[in-house]
Formats: sequence, structure tokens, C-alpha cells
Amino acid sequence: MNAQSSSRFVNVGERTNVTGSAAFKKLIIAGDYAKAVEVARQQVENGAQIVDVNMDEGLLDAVEAMTTYLKLIAAEPDIARVPIMIDSSKWEVIEAGLKCVSGKPVVNSISMKEGEDAFLHHARLCMDYGAAVVVMAFDEKGQADTKARKVEICQRAYKLLTGIGFPPEDIIFDPNIFAVATGIEEHDRYALDFIEACREIKATCPHVHISGGLSNLSFSFRGNEPVRRAMHSVFLYHAIAAGMDMAIVNAGQIDIYDTIDPVLRDACEDVILMRPVDGEETATERLIAIAESYKGTDKAAEKAAEEWRSYDVIKRLEHALVKGIDAHIVDDTEEARAMIAARGGRPIEVIEGPLMSGMNRVGDLFGSGQMFLPQVVKSARVMKKAVAHLIPFIEAEKDANSKAKGRIIMATVKGDVHDIGKNIVGVVLQCNGYEVIDLGVMVPWATIIDTAIKEQVDIIGLSGLITPSLDEMVTVAEEMQRAGLTIPLLIGGATTSKVHTALKIDPAYTGPVVHVLDASRAVGVASQLLSDTQAEPFIAATAAEYEAVRIAREGKGQSQLVSIADARANGFVIDTAQKAPAPVQPGLHRFDDWDLADLAAYFDWTPFFRAWELAGVYPAILDDAVVGESARALFADAQAMLKRIIEEKWLTARGVCAFWPAHREGDDILLADGTRIPMLRQQFAKSRGRANFCLADFIDTQDDWLGGFAVGIHGIEPHLAAFKAAHDDYSDILLKALADRFAEAFAERLHAHVRTTLWGYAAGEQLTNEALIREHYRGIRPAPGYPACPDHTLKPILFDLLNATENTGITLTESQAMLPTAAVSGFYFGHPDSQYFGVARIGQDQLTDYAGRRGMDIATATRWLRPNLD
Amino acid sequence: MPLIPSSARAALLEQARHRILITDGAFGTEIQNFGLAEADYAGTLGLARDQKGNNDILALTKPEVPESIHRAYFAAGADIAETNTFSANRISQADYAAEHLVRDINVESAKLARKVADEFTAQDGRPRFVAGAIGPTNKTLSLSPDVNDPGFREVDWDLMVDVYAEQIDALIEGGVDFILIETIFDTLNAKAAVMAVRHVEQKLGREIPIMLSMTLTDLSGRNLSGHTVEAFWWAVRHARPVTVGLNCSFGATQLRPHVKTLSEIADTLIMVYPNAGLPNELGEYDELPETTAALVKEWADAGQVNILGGCCGSTPAHIAAMARAVDGLPARHSPALEAVTRLAGLEPFVFA
Repeated sequence: MNAQSSSRFVNVGERTNVTGSAAFKKLIIAGDYAKAVEVARQQVENGAQIVDVNMDEGLLDAVEAMTTYLKLIAAEPDIARVPIMIDSSKWEVIEAGLKCVSGKPVVNSISMKEGEDAFLHHARLCMDYGAAVVVMAFDEKGQADTKARKVEICQRAYKLLTGIGFPPEDIIFDPNIFAVATGIEEHDRYALDFIEACREIKATCPHVHISGGLSNLSFSFRGNEPVRRAMHSVFLYHAIAAGMDMAIVNAGQIDIYDTIDPVLRDACEDVILMRPVDGEETATERLIAIAESYKGTDKAAEKAAEEWRSYDVIKRLEHALVKGIDAHIVDDTEEARAMIAARGGRPIEVIEGPLMSGMNRVGDLFGSGQMFLPQVVKSARVMKKAVAHLIPFIEAEKDANSKAKGRIIMATVKGDVHDIGKNIVGVVLQCNGYEVIDLGVMVPWATIIDTAIKEQVDIIGLSGLITPSLDEMVTVAEEMQRAGLTIPLLIGGATTSKVHTALKIDPAYTGPVVHVLDASRAVGVASQLLSDTQAEPFIAATAAEYEAVRIAREGKGQSQLVSIADARANGFVIDTAQKAPAPVQPGLHRFDDWDLADLAAYFDWTPFFRAWELAGVYPAILDDAVVGESARALFADAQAMLKRIIEEKWLTARGVCAFWPAHREGDDILLADGTRIPMLRQQFAKSRGRANFCLADFIDTQDDWLGGFAVGIHGIEPHLAAFKAAHDDYSDILLKALADRFAEAFAERLHAHVRTTLWGYAAGEQLTNEALIREHYRGIRPAPGYPACPDHTLKPILFDLLNATENTGITLTESQAMLPTAAVSGFYFGHPDSQYFGVARIGQDQLTDYAGRRGMDIATATRWLRPNLD
Repeated sequence: MPLIPSSARAALLEQARHRILITDGAFGTEIQNFGLAEADYAGTLGLARDQKGNNDILALTKPEVPESIHRAYFAAGADIAETNTFSANRISQADYAAEHLVRDINVESAKLARKVADEFTAQDGRPRFVAGAIGPTNKTLSLSPDVNDPGFREVDWDLMVDVYAEQIDALIEGGVDFILIETIFDTLNAKAAVMAVRHVEQKLGREIPIMLSMTLTDLSGRNLSGHTVEAFWWAVRHARPVTVGLNCSFGATQLRPHVKTLSEIADTLIMVYPNAGLPNELGEYDELPETTAALVKEWADAGQVNILGGCCGSTPAHIAAMARAVDGLPARHSPALEAVTRLAGLEPFVFA
């Protein structure tokens, strides 16, 4: 499940650098390469996107050490998957490294230190070896220290390099970070000069990157880690804004800007930005006078015994399954196994006997609507743990396994990362006796089909949440057809529908195709498809139903479309007098760790229950006659987990928002920096004077503003991994669902903060959470990929504007799904008349026009907008 | 000193603007059809080892065999001939004690392919091209042959560059238009071959256009050194090749997703020449010409390829079927790539 690795800001791992890590140096000097390789592995595991290798140490034969080490890490696929940065001040070491690296590495560094000829010679060789280069701001006269020198040298190098055909995008300038706060007055400007130079180099040398080694900066504070970290963070914060986009730094040793103690942060900022300070002390003196740190504590746990523990073991197992209690399941299973073994029985009998009868009861209760999905998933967790305990015994016995009812592949299709629904269906199928092969998320069709053939599966189940997944499902169906498969294909997920399945997927595959509306239907569908007697009638009935859908669709024709010109003429006209004023705090705002407790107050719980297929509106659902009990139990579990998430700080809420001067040009929104954001317009024929809406309508033709945001919830993975390891699907799904709530709540909370404070057009707004959920506020935040703004490909534009990947850690997949999955992004419109709508179906005329405005070819636009085309 | 630009590059690009071109098919299986005996291979060279199976040496001992195969492929409709020099390098020829003949084999192989190509061009005026084929050798720069010593390498970069440069220099002397670095199982070997081309270019003072062809070793789309198709392309794009593509390893069916991937990111011509399906239980290729042709035509229909041909198991009949299948289909347009930094480990890394 590897999203295409890409980034706007790159952290280069520096632990495999003998000049930066004493520990690594020790390993290399001692010749302990095995341990040294592990250092690289750790760095990559911790998220280093590039690994810097440096062996410049007087005691070492650097050529020998570099080549030995590079060859060793080439043999480790989990390290070698990322690019290498070959780091040395000696060209011979660099060239030796280039001869060992098989991908496209970065050379760090070359410079004009020895004149233009040597510089260009090295650059040509880098081109011939196929490497990007870091160019140090260093010339015949020495290292650039002032802004003017940094800029002048980089510009000169740029001209020379592009003059010999060196690709400008493969140039990374290092304009030298020097120590500040040294007490020497000439050093005071070093940091500010670097930052200002970044801005100018970026403006005058298109496509280049800017990098730097941070550790020099805080050299005067050796031994005082908190201050060093604060200085690095403050420096990065400002340098990145100025265009620095790569740093050689230990990512674990940077603090989050907003979480630095304000006193320390201010002091660092005064030093780095050379801000004038009041009083006798200089900025440096004041920073020297500061040091501090603090720690947090957490956690306490408790348990309670209950009456059912006194039942006999068979009853205890059933009780545990039906109630979904996993606290004693392993002990009880073992007791049952020992008991059966004592009378000469086999371990499989524990499954076939008490466990299956317990699960059958769960199945009956679920089927008859007396038990609901959250409970079923909990029961499945108990079952899984019991089975996990028994498997070693069963395998030791080497006996025929109990035959599964059928083997089913579950996969979230390529480009999509959402899996809550898929996991729920998988669990439900498993507890009904089906063997599920879960291929995970972002699964290419080739993997699905290969697995289906190799494992001789009976059914393939596909899931997806975002609209591009619909297309991918059609592709999977086509490829199944091509592969000659005939097994049934199940389609599920939030954007899927019977209509889409009938119109697009079913015709692509001659085998049975069934849209499964929700998890509770999955078992019924699977059992009918695999039944000797019911399969044929069921398949025939489904096919007939889909045929009927197609005919109805054809007969009815589609809603009448007007021409795009007519639709535009009927566009919505805002009252420009009412447009929102300029933001109170324009620019970009980054939030590295929004208080989770604050967000919890903004939860909209209704969708949470919907995720568990419990229908009803919160809080009324808790007292619902039918699902109330189930909802209350789920809610209690959710609250308990929520408490731990907050108290133990499982998750980190990172977000960014920004505001840009904007104006409308036709259906496009144009930002002051030249970014064009084309929007789509409703084209279906309107009645009763309703307008054909387009988001651009809400922006004035001059002097207006547009905002944007992205929020994401990080840190879920280790907890999910722990739940998975404990066979705890229930908690796994619960945590994912809560993370989604956090993301939505963050979007809501941030929007409120924007309205009242940052943009500030509704400073006096006072709304309850309920009113927020009902959107009783001024302005909207439509998201790319949703009805008002259906083109998912606006997301990369929005992300670029927000520098969202760098600022929030959110990345995009090839289908423009966000990772982590608990993430929301969108645009802010401040006009009081702005409102949500659905673009719905558009005509070929608008498609062609839009493709032109969006700079896409028609085929690409068609692919992305397919849901709006038919 | 600026290099003299290659007119062959311009000519190939011009041809590829209008149509899908055809390169040739397998040599090994065609040579087998001649039923040659050891003495046929060995000729009068008096080499110390058995020469049976040393296909490349036929350029010296039985030149009419490779010549007639070239002729058969051109007659089938090929626009490009690949010289019969896959193993004509010092490392591979050492197995036959023929390393001192590397230069002669390459010069002669190139000359005879050139001669046949020029003959066909003279007949109908349509340009025919000769690509000097460079195999990967049987040594790898990225991997250790000893599992207990992962840092060990049988060869080093400088040696490989020399080995390749010797072969390239001779092929150019014999008159090839392009250097085709093919069946790339180790990306680092290919990078060494690219460096060797650069050395020869400097020596001769003229541009030598490169063709690159990767070979996959598993269905997930990686070569033996572990690179994905995309990572491979970023790692070798500095070669500014006139074509990049895939050959060998699998049939067209298995290559399909990877051709699509490469086609979307390669800002140059795409050349693909798959095997004629997968070998059957007896290790023979039995995919029919029409079947292979129908499969590769799908790429052409999808606008994913510029040049098609065959590898193991393909015959002049396969090439003729392909030529018929894609006749009149429009050419693929290479995408323009944004100026963003593209690095690679085993996996691609894009830094915008």
C-alpha cells in the first residue's frame, strides 16, 4: 500500500553521516557495518525520504567506507527503496559512490570553490551518472556569508549549469547555514541572510530547490538540546516560508513551532530574524539566559469481575461471543480445549462446538435485527482471538481443516485508501464461516486477479469510497473478463450504487456482478451466490434487475441539459456589497497540534453511527426503540476510547489554512499569484428562476478573497497495528471511525476559527455545536471531489497553495485520495449567499471548455469527471 | 566540445511521428532452425573451446545465417534490425574463449545488418535502421552472487564501462544507428552502459543515440535489481534515450500494466518487444503470430507505444502479423513532463 512518494518539503536523514552522528562514526570506525546498516533502516522506517551517507572522517578511508556501505544497503530492499544522497567534500568519494548507486541519487555537494572548470566538470559527470546535485554557495573567494554573496553565487552557478544543459529541477542550492548567537556581531545576520537569500534565489532561478544543514545554526548552544531544537524549528518555520524545501536534519529533533514555549520561541525569533529588542540586553544575551523543559504523565487502568464468570466454560464461551467480551476468551478457550482433549476430543471441536454455536446465535440475532453491526464486530473479535489460540493446536494435530463456506477476496481498489466499510464486511463474512483474503487498500487489479486465480477464490469483493474508484472498479471488471474469470464480483462502498453497478460495471463482465448495499446484506448475497440451488435464480434475478435499471435509464432519458453558454447566462449573481471583507489575518496559518479535547466538543456523531449501519440522528438514536441499546453500547465504547485518545495523546491534529486575494473570471477563480482554479457549473435545466450554480459565482470579479484549508489526523497506525495484532477488529474500526470524526470536527472547528478570528467576517458569531452541524453560519467550505466541486484534481492545486503536505503531513494518492484517510480539505467562500449545491451532470460542451481551462486533454478530463458525465 | 548531432535520431523521430514502427524478432530460435553443428559455429578460428551456442560468432564463421535472418525480418515489415551481438562482450565471450574476437564480431555483425538494411531502403525508399544490441552480460553490479556476503560484487563499475565501451565502439565502427541497451535486469549495469556510450561519444566527437529496454523479473513490475518501472525510468532518463521500453521476460499479457505505466511517464518513444507468450510445459513458445499481434495491437490502439517487435519465441511470421495489425494506426504522442525533481531508489521519489 505504497502511495507514490512525493513531497514539497524533504527531510533528509542524517544519522548515517559520520560528521553528524557520533554513534554512526563509532560503528563505521569499528567496522561494524551490520549495525551501521540498521541505522539506515531505522531512518527510513522513521520516515526519512532520502538517506544521506557521509564518510568524511580523517580516520577512515572514505572511498572504501562509502562503497562498502552503499553496496551493503543496496542489498536491503527496505532501505534501498528510497534515494541516496552521496555526501562528501571530496569528489573522488562522491564518484566512487556514484558507481555503486543504482537509482537516481543526489550528490552533496559540488561548488565553484576550485573555479568554474572543475565545477562544470563535476556537473557534467553528475549528468552522465544520472544524479541531482546540491550546489554549495561557495566560490573561488570562499563560502558565501552575506545575502548578496549567497544570491550572486547561486545565480552564477545556475547560469553556468543551465548553460551546459543541466536540468534546473535537479539543482539544489545550499546557501550555507552558519552559527548565530555567537556573541560576534558580524554573525548576527547569518540566519536572516539565509532566509532572505532563499526568497531571492527561488524567485530568480526557476525550478531549483534549497537545502541546508541545520545543526550549524545553534552551534553556540551545544549541550542545550531544548534551545537548539527551538532554534532549528523557528529557523525552519521562516526559511520554509521563504522557499527552503529540503533540510538535512534529524526529524525527531525538531519541535513543532506552535508548541514551543512562547518565551523561548520569541527569544529565538529575535535572534534569527534580528528583531529589535527592548532593554539593555541584546537578543543573543537574552536567549542565553533561557533554558527549560517539562514532562507529562499519564495512564491508569482498572477491571471488574462479573457474575457470568461462574457459568460453566461452554456457556461462558457463548456468553463472551454474544456479548462481545474478550477479557477472558483465551483462558476460557484453553479450558474448553483441555476439557475436550481430556475426554479424547480434538481441538477443532472447540470451534465446531461452542464457538460456532455462539457465532450462529450472533448470526441469528443479527439476521433478525436484534443485534447490530458494532456488536457483531465485537463478537468477531472474540471469535478471532479464540481461533488464534486454537490454531497452533489444530495445526499440531495435522488434520483436515474445517472447510470454509467459501473463499472471498476483499480489496479496496487502486488509488483508494478507505477501508472501514471493507473491514466491516470482511469481519461479518468471516464470522459467518467464509474465508476472507483481505488484500488491503490501493490494490492494483493485477494483484486482485492473480490472487483470485492462485487462491481459487469463489468471490471477489471490491470497495471504494471516492468517485475515481468507480472507474477503477470498471477496470477490474474488464480485466476479470479478459482473464476469463467467471466468479461473482461484489461491489460496495459509499460512492457505489446499484445504478452505477448496473450501467457501468455489470456490462463489463459476463460473470455475476452484485452491488451490496451494506454489510448486513453481504452474507445473504455470498451465501446465495455460493449455494448449489439458489445461485442460478439469484444471479438471474440480479441480472434482470440490472437490465431493468439500464432500460429504465435509457427510456427515461436523462435530465435536460442547457448549453454551457445558457447556463452561464443563468448563473447566480451575488450582491457584491455584501462580500466578505479582507481577512483580519491574511496569509497562511499552520496548526501543528490542535487540542483534541477541544475538537471532541465539535463531533457530529450522526455519521459515526451511520458508519456502523445504525440509522438515526444523534442524540435521539440513543433512545431509539430498535437500535437504542446497541447505539448506547457503541457510544459508551466510543467515549471510552475517545478519552484514551485524548489523555494518552494517540493522535495529532495537524491543519493549515490560508487566504488569497482572488477574483472571478468567467467560471474560473483567479488568485493574485496567477493560480487559476476552474470550477464547474450546473447545466441541468432549472425552473422557477433558480440559478445554474457554479462556485465561482460566489466570488466577485474584482477585489475578493478565497480561502482554503486542509486538516488531517495523524498517528493512528501504531494503535491500529496493536489492535490488528490482538485480533481486535472492533477497536480497529472504532478508532478509524473516531479519527474520521476528529478530522470532520477539526474542519468544523477551524472553519469557526476562520470566520470569527482569522478571516474574521463573523467576529460575533455564537453558535452551538448543533447549529454548526446544521450549517447555520455564513460561508461554505466545499471540498474537491464533492458535489459542488467534483473535480478531484483540484486537490493538488489546493495542496500546493497551502503547501499542505509539508504543513500537515497529508499526501495524495494517484486518485487524489488523502492519506491519512482521516483528513478533510476544501475551499472557503465567505459571501453570505454562498451555498452548497451539486454540479450533477454536465454536457460535452462544458467538458471541452473545462478541459481547456484546466489544461487537461479531453480524455483525462473525461476520466476524472466521469461521474458527472453520465 | 559539442558533439555532432545524430541524423538517425532525427530520422527515427520523423518516421515515428506518423505511424507505429516495427522492430525485429528473436534471433536464437531462428538460428536453431538452421540446425548448425559445432563446426559451423567454430569455422576456422581455431578457438580453444566448444563454440556451439555462441550465436554471435556466426558473424565471423557463418555470416549468411544472421544475414538471412535480418533479411527475413525486413521482408516481414521491420523498420529496425537489432544486431546479433547480445553476448558479444568480453565477459560473455570469455565463456567461449573468444574475448579477443569481440571487436571483430561486433564490427562484422553491424556491417551485415547495415548492408541488409540499406538494401531494403534502396528498394522502396523507406528508411531502415540498425540498432546495435548490447546485452546485460551475465554479471551484475547491484547484487552479490554470494548470499552470505551482500557487499560482494563480481565486477566493478569501471570494468563494466570498459567492457561496454569496447563493444559500443566496434558497433559504431560497423555502422549502427543506435546503441540498444536491452534486457536490462540490473539498472546499474545499464547506467554503466550509458556511461560507456558517453565515453565513446567523446572519443568520436558525435552523438550516439541510445535505446533502453528494461526486462521485468516479476509480475509486480520490477527488474532483478528491484527497480519499479517508474524508478527505472527516473534512474536512466539522463541517457536522453531515443526510445525506452520493455522486452523479454513475459508475454504481452503480463507486460500490459507496465507498458501503460511507462507510456504515461516517458517523454520519449516507447519500444516494446515481448516474448511470444509464456513458454509451455516443454519450454517452447507456442503463441500464434495472430495472438501476439492482437495483444500488442491493444497497446497501439491505446496510444501507448511507438515501436513494436518480438523477443524470445517470436518469428518473422509474428513480426509480419504485428506489422499488419498496426498498419495505419496513429502514433503515440510522448507526454511533456513538468520540471520537477525525480529521484529514485528502488521506488520513485518525486520532489515538486
